[in-house]
Amino acid sequence: MKELLIGNAAVARGLYEAGCSVISSYPGTPSTEITEEFAKYSDVYCEWAPNEKVAMEAAFGASLSGRRSACCMKHVGLNVAADPLFTMSYTGVNAGMVICVADDPGMHSSQNEQDSRHYAIAAKVPMLEPSDSSEALAYAKLGFEISESFDTPVLLKMCTRVAHSQSIVEIGERVEIKKEYTKNPQKYIMAPANALRRHPFVEERTKALTEYAECSGINRVEQGNGSYPFGIITSSTSYQYVKEVFGDSVSVLKLGMVNPLPVKMIRDFKDMVGKVYVIEELDPIIENHCKALGIKVEGKNRFSLLGEFSQSTIKQVFDRYEGPTYALDTEIPTRPPMMCAGCPHRGLFYVLSKNKLTVLGDIGCYTLGSMPPLSALDMTLCMGASVSGIHGFNIAGQGDTEKNTVCVIGDSTFMHSGITGLVNIAYNRSNSTVIILDNSITGMTGHQQNPTTGYNIKGDPAGKVDLEQLCRSIGIESVRVVDPYDLKECETVLKEELEKPCPSVIISRRPCVLLKYVKPRKPLFINAEKCKSCRRCMKFGCPAISYRDDHAVIDPTLCVGCEVCQQLCAFGAIESEGE
Amino acid sequence: MQTKNVMIVGVGGQGSLLASKLLGRLLVDEGYDVKVSEVHGMSQRGGSVVTYVRFGDRVYSPVIEDGEADYIVSFEKIESARYVSKLRKGGTVIVNTQQIDPMPVIIGAADYPDTVIDEMKSKGIHVDDIDALQLANVAGSAKACNIVLMGRLAGYFDIPYERWVDAIKKCVKPQFVELNERAFELGFNHQ
Repeated sequence: MKELLIGNAAVARGLYEAGCSVISSYPGTPSTEITEEFAKYSDVYCEWAPNEKVAMEAAFGASLSGRRSACCMKHVGLNVAADPLFTMSYTGVNAGMVICVADDPGMHSSQNEQDSRHYAIAAKVPMLEPSDSSEALAYAKLGFEISESFDTPVLLKMCTRVAHSQSIVEIGERVEIKKEYTKNPQKYIMAPANALRRHPFVEERTKALTEYAECSGINRVEQGNGSYPFGIITSSTSYQYVKEVFGDSVSVLKLGMVNPLPVKMIRDFKDMVGKVYVIEELDPIIENHCKALGIKVEGKNRFSLLGEFSQSTIKQVFDRYEGPTYALDTEIPTRPPMMCAGCPHRGLFYVLSKNKLTVLGDIGCYTLGSMPPLSALDMTLCMGASVSGIHGFNIAGQGDTEKNTVCVIGDSTFMHSGITGLVNIAYNRSNSTVIILDNSITGMTGHQQNPTTGYNIKGDPAGKVDLEQLCRSIGIESVRVVDPYDLKECETVLKEELEKPCPSVIISRRPCVLLKYVKPRKPLFINAEKCKSCRRCMKFGCPAISYRDDHAVIDPTLCVGCEVCQQLCAFGAIESEGE
Repeated sequence: MQTKNVMIVGVGGQGSLLASKLLGRLLVDEGYDVKVSEVHGMSQRGGSVVTYVRFGDRVYSPVIEDGEADYIVSFEKIESARYVSKLRKGGTVIVNTQQIDPMPVIIGAADYPDTVIDEMKSKGIHVDDIDALQLANVAGSAKACNIVLMGRLAGYFDIPYERWVDAIKKCVKPQFVELNERAFELGFNHQ
């Protein structure tokens, strides 16, 4: 059966067909849909773990136990899970294990542009890289075969464009795989004596995998018709752009496995075509491999290290780019993403901004609090860094910073890696004020459950971490809960906690306004006669409020009646229906 | 057949995902090779969103670049102008005249450029402007704007009307089929 699937759904289908029985992941754009799609199958186990390290170790446990398993994450998630990855390379697997990692060139939804292929090289594990949905499905299945044949975890590398582009796939049948678990301390206990014996195995495995890269057909040469005096080595979505521009007229070495890379195949290709261009997004991994072999290629001297490519990128290098047909003289204002109308984060950020506090931020929807007009954030680094960071900031501040500095972190991000930072604050006693923005969901990645929500990935009731009890048990004496829709309460509690000579946690609690169970209230409206055009409500940055004909107006299709703007208007001009 | 390129642009939350799903479903059923590309995540939070739909005998790249789009279907007025460099010479812009202020306009850092439709027309671009929000309300829900615009686009395609309706039935929940069929018809027949 033919289906039009996004790359991530195709990966999920491939994992399913290959008999994958357990997936444990942490959400992260552009990888999230793999796990969400897999969760729709009824005869498999699927979960959101608190973070990628836990997810990878859970998947490893499932493999050890004898079931094919997988875990999925975005590129920066692999940093978190790097610890188990490097040693799993030594232990190998029992049943097959596939690790899906999705890079985000162009940073559509990420804080950096790191290239995951470095991990495959560093951890000495094979990495497959599909170029469309059909390959995504095929490579997910192939990943398990390679994993079991070569006794290794296998990385499946996606990128935003492959992950989120739909193309046609052929759906197949599922197979069931179950391996016996047998105790094998020499293989699975990575204490020095055993690990010393496993390292040579890893090096031998890489040799065997290189042979596989040469002969298996995963890498292939597509012979051109001789129109061009050069050939192209490429992989992933760049392959599609090459074909878009050159069709079948140029010879292409299309790589499906990017670690380890073939040697003889590349030498033979060079001998066949003469001049070689390497076209790859981000870092020069294939190019450096060629250069290390002493093969002269054109690569990053012609193509950027930055961002996504497209057919235009290639046309520009080969002087075939014609440019835009139409251009307007009018400048179109930018339309950046923003917090939704009624977003519970907005009220709290308004209070932080009004009090001119230094705010160390974290990863989530609330990173949007950095945007004008609130401009409330000072720092965003990585998952959990707000909580660890404020501790160092206040220690170094020697008392000068702690009364005007807070950090903000979402419920899911706090579960991911905020807890350990808070333990450090409690243990080493910095007078830090931590605000947990508890909107009862993982918001930015599109509403995934987490350990604080009380529901699992399928929406069924699950364990629920009590944030207040958790913070107190760590050793935080002052734990307060506020409603971010109540500006006065937020400001009072915030000032009290900043004054206290001890660590404190403020939980700003209200569910995300986009959650289905959150029923919008009736939209508010502006009484034009009372509006004095002071524009104070515009400082709030609510997308439902705009300014027309010299007074504020509220868009009734966007307003959810949160009434926070009412608390800002000094003239009582913002009214509820029936007033 | 040479690859045809359709861009669907608008503001996050306007329902472009359903529109591209409908178009993708239809084109696969018609036997074309199809690629649809969209970006999820950060860009959905009220930001500018763009979806590429490409179809033909064999489609490679999932993205549409400068001078390549046969059609730009814009769910909001100025979003059509933001992507006009992507339009092919002689291409068509279908634009919903609805105005949604972006944050720089809301906070007074920029003005909303009200005259973009006239400017596009003055450059010789074929612009089909339509009040899709009003038609969607007539159909029964402001949310059906996306399907009104798909109805408008259908007028430029050689695919029979019933096939579009079949695709709608495959893409929306049974209780919303009637509403969306109405919205599609209003967009298709609007003078």
